Amino acid sequence: MSSLEQMYQQVIMDHAKQAHGKGLVDLNLIQVGESHQVNTTCGDEIRLRVGLEDDRVESVTWEGQGCSISQASVSVLHELVEGTTLSEAEATMEAFRDLMQAKGEALDDDREDLLGDATAFVGVGKYPARIKCAMLGWMAFKDAMIQARKDEA
Amino acid sequence: MLLPDLREDFPLLTRTVRNGKPLVYLDSGATAQKPRVVLDAEREFYEQHNAAVQRGAHLLAEEATELFEGARGDVASLVGAQSQEIVWAENATAAVNLVASGIGNASAGIGGDEAARFKIGPGDEICVTETEHHANLVPWQALATRTGATLRWIPVDDQGRMILDDLDSLVNERTRVLAFTHVSNVTGLISPVGALVARAKAVGALTVLDGCQSVPHLPVDVKALDIDFMAMSAHKMLGPTGIGALYGRKELLDALPPSIFGGGAVKVVTMEETSWQEAPMRFEAGSQPVAQAVGMGAAARYLAGVGMDRVEAHEREIAAVMRAGVAEIPGVRLLGPVGSADARDVIGVASIAVDGVHPHDVGQVLDDAGIAVRVGHHCAQPLHRKFGVTGSTRASAHVYTTREDAEAFVAAVATVPAFFGVN
Repeated sequence: MSSLEQMYQQVIMDHAKQAHGKGLVDLNLIQVGESHQVNTTCGDEIRLRVGLEDDRVESVTWEGQGCSISQASVSVLHELVEGTTLSEAEATMEAFRDLMQAKGEALDDDREDLLGDATAFVGVGKYPARIKCAMLGWMAFKDAMIQARKDEA
Repeated sequence: MLLPDLREDFPLLTRTVRNGKPLVYLDSGATAQKPRVVLDAEREFYEQHNAAVQRGAHLLAEEATELFEGARGDVASLVGAQSQEIVWAENATAAVNLVASGIGNASAGIGGDEAARFKIGPGDEICVTETEHHANLVPWQALATRTGATLRWIPVDDQGRMILDDLDSLVNERTRVLAFTHVSNVTGLISPVGALVARAKAVGALTVLDGCQSVPHLPVDVKALDIDFMAMSAHKMLGPTGIGALYGRKELLDALPPSIFGGGAVKVVTMEETSWQEAPMRFEAGSQPVAQAVGMGAAARYLAGVGMDRVEAHEREIAAVMRAGVAEIPGVRLLGPVGSADARDVIGVASIAVDGVHPHDVGQVLDDAGIAVRVGHHCAQPLHRKFGVTGSTRASAHVYTTREDAEAFVAAVATVPAFFGVN
């Protein structure tokens, strides 16, 4: 498999074509946060909304447009974190960031289990210019979580 | 007619890239590769002549000053200017800002009576165009906000060509500045400089030309064009990074207040006020990028040696090969004029949008084939918005670009739709 094929694995191509969680959903929850992120290199944008309830990520929806890497990445994010506990979501976020910094090397089994389909993004780590694309939705998720929780404590 | 193969002059072009493939460098619109004479000029400066310029009573200081000023002369003669009409700037963006901020400072009362001619305020207008690089748009937006002047712009059509039908109302007796690009960094279209300058002159507006994509690629004579100011970028014209230049008509430069204040630029300083030296010194406060200036001078000499007429002919032909090739690929849209008759005033560039494939993804497939291109909005968001796309994939040429490079680009683009399953 060439580096190019390793980056554009089938699972990524599939998510890019049929993105999950696309379309913002109105949420009747107390803890709702939203974030708008722009990739200044290309102008791609994502607006992502999270709804939290009882320490769980109840809803993750988004809208925006971008390259196949950014679209597939936010689609996988939706699949992975919707329905998890906050601490699971945070561990997943951390594992994805580790994967992006791994320069194309696989992570340990624990973190790979956490990432599931997202391990397909391993090839992106070899292309520093594309890490931003893959991280766009995750940055929005991280920020939206902060927004949703800012009235706590 | 194409130039002879000049790649031997450019050490970087001999390296290989991904998978050991030879490099096909088509990103010269972003930054050009450097010929050995430029690299040698900088190295020799540091190895033989390095010293502080314009001061110091020793041999090295004299040699360094001579090289620094000689480089100014080389840049001046490339564009038909006098040496004293060339001001070093950090880059072309800084050159545009030097003019915009100088006008802003004059409007705030800095620079005394001689600067009063630059004053603008509410009721005055600044005119730009829809095809500008952000570097020749944002400084004017800021100046308008600062002074209360109104920003207007000349629109472009679906091909990216300026629409001059309403030129007389867009550039009118209230217009104080008309700023526009000489060549679009997205479409490669050469602007109708003659018509724009004539209108500006008729209403007494200053003209500011963005020469970033023209000076490296075609003959430019600032006196023949009759413009007031022009911004240049060294690194796009085979020179070093970290330096650019501003051309300005001498009488204007001698009256425009500086926007960086400090030592070296001043005549008399009292505790209350300061008078400035004549141009270009008044704009060159603080230590200057001397070795880079020397490198820019060497780049200007190299281009003059090749001959700008020949450079232009070369780049028109390369552009034609790229543009005709990609225009024939199903699912690929060429931004700007399509067809050789419409594209007769296009140089050096082919920007494309591939249906259903994001520019980043297009660029990645090209990169895998060893082809370096630019992806994104190329700092021209309004123009891309006009074309109905957020970004594009741009191939841009220079003196070292070969017909084979252009053909490799076309061939690689043709593989893109299938790779992403959109054909």
